[in-house]
Amino acid sequence: MVPDFLIQIKDFISQPWPWWVAGPMIALIMFILLFFGKEFGISANLRIMCAADGAGEFSDFFKFDWQSQGWNLMVALGAMFGGYIASHYFLGSSDVAHVSAATVESLKKLGFTYEQGEVPLVPEFYSWDSLFTLRGLIIIVGGGFLVGFGARYAGGCTSGHAISGLSALQLPSLIAVVGFFIGGLIMTHLIFPILF
Amino acid sequence: MKISRYIFVGILLGVTLYKAEAVSWFRIFEMFHFQSFHMYGIIFSAVIAGMGIVYLIKRTHMKSTEGQEIVFHPKDRSVPRYLIGGIIFGLGWSLAGVCPGPMFILMGSGYTVFIVFLAAAMFGTFTYGLLRSRLPH
Repeated sequence: MVPDFLIQIKDFISQPWPWWVAGPMIALIMFILLFFGKEFGISANLRIMCAADGAGEFSDFFKFDWQSQGWNLMVALGAMFGGYIASHYFLGSSDVAHVSAATVESLKKLGFTYEQGEVPLVPEFYSWDSLFTLRGLIIIVGGGFLVGFGARYAGGCTSGHAISGLSALQLPSLIAVVGFFIGGLIMTHLIFPILF
Repeated sequence: MKISRYIFVGILLGVTLYKAEAVSWFRIFEMFHFQSFHMYGIIFSAVIAGMGIVYLIKRTHMKSTEGQEIVFHPKDRSVPRYLIGGIIFGLGWSLAGVCPGPMFILMGSGYTVFIVFLAAAMFGTFTYGLLRSRLPH
């Protein structure tokens, strides 16, 4: 028999987390990594994985001591476990993105037919089937390429620049984050109406 | 083992971003339409808490578990690199609805198609490595 208080904890965690829990939690994660003498930056794993696969033969950019960065791969592996745990044990009553009414309207204009409260957490095109459609291919393969290329060009992603860099008052990170938003606004406002 | 502690850090990250819906394509869409405070709240509160943490670390000359003082390396001063790179990243982030963290998180939660996304992202990073010397920095 599982004690009641454990079920209560599970139910408590299973609620959607408000921003004021998630934000400080992310800062705590950054602190833990700094305390271990490391830096919070997930996209660095892409470079590590390239180097581990022998990309150093093609570019000096991948000739570095990637073995010493194994800890970061463990963070990525842990994130996968975290995604598994959250989706299997702490899912709560439904798998819904609690987006605003205005967002539901904007989605309808692009052809999504969700009603308020029915918007799923992830879109249907996150599937192997849709990978064989032009749109799915653009989103998964094109999106992946842009994220991998852009993160390394900018020297970091959301964790490295928006969280770690801004926390340390780094001007380059602010420029990068402005860039993230310029790119995001171009995509969602100018390219999505063509793509969807 | 010493390295296993990083798995726990990753689990904390994964559960947090999943439960806060930061892994949701629709939340990213909403953010770029300025239709909810949610994502901004996550980023702003993380950065404000982070600024306090960085301030305290510097103020107290805190040492890491490795025994050395925690230092912050200033990033190279430049505009084109961060702006152009940032725009390219932003295009991909908003298109696919995921940045590198959620990429791993969604892969773990059962969306195995993100293996293809990861391969594409690695190829993007590899392409950057090849073109690096020819790009403005």
